[in-house]
Amino acid sequence: MSEKFTLEIISPDNLIIKTSAMEVVIPSFEGEMGILKGHIDLITFLRPGIIKITDDTEKNFFVEDGTVEFSNNNLLILTSTAKELKTIDKNELKILLDDAETKLKEPEITDKERYQLSYKIETLKNISL
Amino acid sequence: MPSLDDLKKRIKSVKSTQKITKAMKMVAAAKLRKAQENAEKGRPYSKKMQNIILNLTKSINDPNNAPRLLVGTGKDKTYLCVVLTADRGLCGGFNSNICKLAKSNFKKILSEGKDLKIITVGSKGLDQIKREYGKYVIKKFSFKDNKQITFKEAEIVGNEVINLFNQNEFDKCILFFNNFKNVITQIPQAQQIIPADNKQANVTEESQLSYEFEPDEDEILEDLLPKNISTQVFKAFLENAASEQGSRMTAMDNATRNAGDLVDKLTINYNRSRQASITKELIEIISGAESL
Repeated sequence: MSEKFTLEIISPDNLIIKTSAMEVVIPSFEGEMGILKGHIDLITFLRPGIIKITDDTEKNFFVEDGTVEFSNNNLLILTSTAKELKTIDKNELKILLDDAETKLKEPEITDKERYQLSYKIETLKNISL
Repeated sequence: MPSLDDLKKRIKSVKSTQKITKAMKMVAAAKLRKAQENAEKGRPYSKKMQNIILNLTKSINDPNNAPRLLVGTGKDKTYLCVVLTADRGLCGGFNSNICKLAKSNFKKILSEGKDLKIITVGSKGLDQIKREYGKYVIKKFSFKDNKQITFKEAEIVGNEVINLFNQNEFDKCILFFNNFKNVITQIPQAQQIIPADNKQANVTEESQLSYEFEPDEDEILEDLLPKNISTQVFKAFLENAASEQGSRMTAMDNATRNAGDLVDKLTINYNRSRQASITKELIEIISGAESL
């Protein structure tokens, strides 16, 4: 019996990936969450972070936000910002990082935004290392 | 009877028009393929998003506390109509069809004594609507300079709608666009986006699953609903873009064919009158020779 389930990452203008996976770790809003086959049906949304897909090979995606639905062993991630880690280029990261940092300094952002931005900066810094 | 010279000029002008329409058709065909691809790629996202929202809606126990974007303001007074059209003409009935549908809706809304507010996207729709309903237009968007429509543009429009909603500017929001069915058929559609239309809910009854939510339903909905508005707008953008190119292609194909027919007809006319003038000259010569 296989221990795999299907995974789809969909952006508004493209199907980014459709594959099977053994384990997927998602940066859920309230903390990182690992999903294996047979997980309870679930709806949640994402904060900035890394989606880690473990199959025969490992794939990593950077996301800023998104919505996740898991049902019938089918994991669906809707996001407008997913980028595979291998394909992001360094300059782009720097722009994103600078953007986030300037935004964090603005006084009128809400707590929720501050929370998301700080994760974004942390993730981006980790990637660029 | 036009002179030979006039006919010649007309044939030439029709032929050059034909060249233009033919070129436009080719361009539209090339763009259509891309736009169609985009529209088809975009469909799963909006569909799945809608599904998640439906599932969430079912698990809300207390409708009084549900987010207003979902259940509406409870009133039915002011309507916001978002009309999506193209920025360019020469695409057959594409723009007129949307405007026709929108106008008939406007009429209905006004005749029921309700308030109307209009947002137009694309300059062609604005031109058609402002004649009759100009005073209701509160905002106009045009993305003429952007070659490719991305999610960002949809978000601009979506955020504007949400902003207006939060300021209690309207109770219901309807989106007008052309649904791309195939190259020849585009169906103008009116889709209600605020409050979320629950009519389709009964169709997907079999997917009644109990979900675990993290964080709780309300918070997810709060995050998801504004996104859904932009997603629906984006979907409408994509469908519209594909429809525009499809519509233009058919229109230009027809125009090219008509121009061909016209050239044939004019050529026959031209040859006849040329023949007639030759015969006339011959008769003149012969009768002149006979009289000698």
